[in-house]
Amino acid sequence: MAQPKNFGFGPDEQMVRDQASRFLKDNLPVDRLRTLVAHDHHSAYESPVQPVAWDQKLWRDAVALGWTGLGIPEDDGGVALPLVALASVVEEAGRAAFPSPLLSTLCATEVLKACETAAAHAALAEIAGGAAASLATTGEAASWETADADVTATSIDHGFVLDGVAHFVQDARKAAFFVVSAQSKGGAILARVAADAPGVSVDPDRIADLTRDQASVRLQGVDVKPDHVVAPAKLADEALAKALPSILTLVAADICGAGEWQLQTTTEYARTRKQFDHAIGFFQAVKHPIVNMMLDLDRARSLVYAAACAVDHEPADALRLARMAKAAASDAAKFLSGRSIQLHGGIGFTWECDVHIWVKRQQHSQFLWGDATWHRARLAEAY
Amino acid sequence: MAERTDTKEQAEFREYCRRWLAENRPAPPSFRLPISAIEVMTDDQFRYLHDWQKKCHGAGLVGTDYPKEYGGHGHKGLQSIAIQEMGRAGVPYMLNIIGLNMAAPTILVHGTEEQKRRYLPPLLSSDEIWCQGFSEPGAGSDLAGVQTSAVRDGDNWIINGHKVWTSLAHFASWMILLSRTSSDDKYKGLTYFVVPISGTDGVTVRPLIKITGETGFNEVLFEDLVVPDKMRLDEVGKGWNVAMTTLTYERGAAEGAGSGGGISIDERVRQLVRLAKATRRPGGKTAWDDAVLRDHVMQLAIRAEGFRQTSRRARVESLCEQPLRLPLQQKVLTSELMQDIAATALEIEGAWASLYLGDHRAPDGGQWPLAYLNSYGFTIAAGSNEIQRNILGERVLGMAKSK
Repeated sequence: MAQPKNFGFGPDEQMVRDQASRFLKDNLPVDRLRTLVAHDHHSAYESPVQPVAWDQKLWRDAVALGWTGLGIPEDDGGVALPLVALASVVEEAGRAAFPSPLLSTLCATEVLKACETAAAHAALAEIAGGAAASLATTGEAASWETADADVTATSIDHGFVLDGVAHFVQDARKAAFFVVSAQSKGGAILARVAADAPGVSVDPDRIADLTRDQASVRLQGVDVKPDHVVAPAKLADEALAKALPSILTLVAADICGAGEWQLQTTTEYARTRKQFDHAIGFFQAVKHPIVNMMLDLDRARSLVYAAACAVDHEPADALRLARMAKAAASDAAKFLSGRSIQLHGGIGFTWECDVHIWVKRQQHSQFLWGDATWHRARLAEAY
Repeated sequence: MAERTDTKEQAEFREYCRRWLAENRPAPPSFRLPISAIEVMTDDQFRYLHDWQKKCHGAGLVGTDYPKEYGGHGHKGLQSIAIQEMGRAGVPYMLNIIGLNMAAPTILVHGTEEQKRRYLPPLLSSDEIWCQGFSEPGAGSDLAGVQTSAVRDGDNWIINGHKVWTSLAHFASWMILLSRTSSDDKYKGLTYFVVPISGTDGVTVRPLIKITGETGFNEVLFEDLVVPDKMRLDEVGKGWNVAMTTLTYERGAAEGAGSGGGISIDERVRQLVRLAKATRRPGGKTAWDDAVLRDHVMQLAIRAEGFRQTSRRARVESLCEQPLRLPLQQKVLTSELMQDIAATALEIEGAWASLYLGDHRAPDGGQWPLAYLNSYGFTIAAGSNEIQRNILGERVLGMAKSK
């Protein structure tokens, strides 16, 4: 199939993106976001359990708009839009720093789509119906190589029993179920585990990002019936590998959206804040780094669209472009965050200024599913 | 094989270009060709490249999208295909680079019918070489500060002044010239001409030597050069507008009449990877085995792919935040990427990077130290990258104008 010159971004995709943009502008202005995530610095950093910042009504409205079903096949209750559409919606979510399980649910969706089992289709139908999900596929080694998974699956008469811990599980306290990677005698499997299943406990991490939650998910003698095994032994690796380009692309899209907010907000500040009788953007020491923010960001954005388009139309090239997109986006996130604080000056260093909300989200995304150096090292192997 | 983004017509033309280039690739010359047309020095180099451009023009690979009555081939949307294929084929570059990239589109947009019919056909075929008279000793990146004067004298203009960094002037028949016709207003006092250069009374061309040791650019002195009014491009006092058209093409924000060939950024990256894999570092391992150097190379590979995809995205309106945002980035991105690729090559070569053109032991014939030194031409020319960042900050992001 030929990769279209417009990145496969047609009127449908544009409509979905514009709708997402409007929805978030109308319903999640920055002052509303602050009341959700940054109203009180004590609760964010000193309470024994980090609160979950989540406007559940807003999430239900997003689900009602169909966001969780965007990429799900029509037979499973979704609307089967290409990844470019999902990426552009995630970009808008990043721009608004939307605290929600959108990204984690879409990532789980991509893995489930790659499984092609009855159990996976059933899980997809649940997501299309509004259930939030998350991947519990990472062990202490912080990779999602199934060999690194710290969860074991012991085979019993009907299904498996899971024991162990999955780390760095995104938006764990917002998810209705997890897709767990576990090692069985016959190889790795992927299992669908309800968040409230007996034996499952969620230990929240204390993270810098105020817009997400993250946890270790403990599994102690958790029963998995055969109809909840979404990928049997030997298919799990394949499914994870197949989904990786999409996941990297989506995380990079979130970074690019957040980066656009950082660029626009810092630019606006440079246009209005006066020092030495000039708006500070008059000074090249301020103007040029802001332009550099734009250059880095646009490179990452172009790679995100290219990677998404490759997933949709030219899968053989998708992993290369997705790794490039994630590496470029991670580097851009670091640079844009640093400059956005610095160029806001003293106020940029305060809790009162909105800038830190995005800085922390970017810092989190920078390392999510592999940092820039990691992906460049993997890319080099193919050269 | 068609590109994934081609229309049917483009795919057919691409196939034609590939076939033609494969069958007509010129034999390598017995002498060294410089990195680009703007370092061409000798008559041998000139003749070789002149013949090649003429042949490409005859085959429809140059001036592809220009009207037939102006020496073009009357197509639409095919020029970029020819440029891509020439780059891919690794054939020599086009000689008349200033003419194709800057003079031709400016004349096409602002010229009279008579001017277009007179100037464009020999430009496209490389029978008449063009140079650009913008910079002056006192006005480099502050282009509107030009002082070269044009004073009206009946049906003629009398031109006096001093232009610098004038690439290809030593071979040029014509120059596109920005001159001052009034001192009342910095911008509205400018008028644009095409003026004769070779064998003309009142014009002196003197070579300037680059830091690379090469020549190719010049200073051009005008002493009472008489130019008929019919060589004026657009109206008196509109020179700044016309110059903006030229700069839009010079900075890569739009595509000229075709200047394919030479080494593409993608090919440069491939060369860099090959160099890293072939170069032994102290300790015996290759540069590619050094994680730090390999990471640098991959950063550049990602920038190159990012550049390619940004060029592609710039043509999709719904994926661009502001109309000029991506096109205005082109010149900064390419010039700095080429510079950083060369700088990384020197890091990889280590002490071997000291060996320059002419040393028989120099890796890759000493091309990397040359490419690195030469790359500063492009981060300074066409408005230094500092000026480009001002333009991006002011015109795209709306920040206050720096003075």
